[in-house]
Amino acid sequence: MDLSNINFPTDLVFLWIAAITVGAAVLVCLLPNIIHSAVSLLFALGGVAGLYLFLSADFLAATQMLVYIGGIMMLLLFAVFLSNRIQDVKLSNPARFQLPAAVLCILLFGVLSLVAVTTPFPVKETKYLPTTATIGELLMTRYLLPFEIASVLLLAALIGAAMISRPTRKNPALDQEDGK
Amino acid sequence: MMTLQAFLIISAALFCCGLYTVMTRQNGVAVLMGVELILNAANINFVAFAHYLSHVMGGQIFAIFIIVIAAAESAVALAIFLRLYANTGSVEIDTADRLKG
Repeated sequence: MDLSNINFPTDLVFLWIAAITVGAAVLVCLLPNIIHSAVSLLFALGGVAGLYLFLSADFLAATQMLVYIGGIMMLLLFAVFLSNRIQDVKLSNPARFQLPAAVLCILLFGVLSLVAVTTPFPVKETKYLPTTATIGELLMTRYLLPFEIASVLLLAALIGAAMISRPTRKNPALDQEDGK
Repeated sequence: MMTLQAFLIISAALFCCGLYTVMTRQNGVAVLMGVELILNAANINFVAFAHYLSHVMGGQIFAIFIIVIAAAESAVALAIFLRLYANTGSVEIDTADRLKG
């Protein structure tokens, strides 16, 4: 990366968003309290939405904000609050194998960064265009089958999640039948 | 500054943080947070390659499908964790060994 030709406001915003994203992701894996981890994950996902804007993916950034921050984060917080005894919240996020995992992850990060920096990618000239109309058209024409499969998958996941998380109901009629 | 390499390095950092979370955490919900980080790293790669190397929309559409599948996966996983908590009193993944022979 060449530090001499910094395009000032754009690159400053980009660096700021990248720092928020990576810093929040590091905090997710290091914080001992799981609620702090969840809030940190919120900032990491929001930073990823900001990075999408720099990649001319405006619809994807909006989808990221709606689905991840509005939906998945709320689900995670629900699960944290419903599944952890609130009095031992300090001990809610125990960790193990920290040293070998840290060594492995740092080595993997080094290898991935090295490959990313040294590979000569055939980069084309970039352009920033609105994408929502194109994505909608493609979803209805070329990617129609994956779109329908995804909708069926969402329906199945909805029904399955509701069935699994429903409390088991004591059915006296079935109990009598079992007794016979 | 805003090069393809910068996005790839950010994505690699997110992936490694997610991998570390998945490997070290014992709480199932925290493991799920790590999986979300890994999926986001893959999404950044898809969109960055689509933006810098080709000007077709396929990368962004794949990212949308990944978001959809992540939503479905986290909903089902959290339902399973709630059942696990109701049955065993904790969501630590080591306690879910009832199927072990």
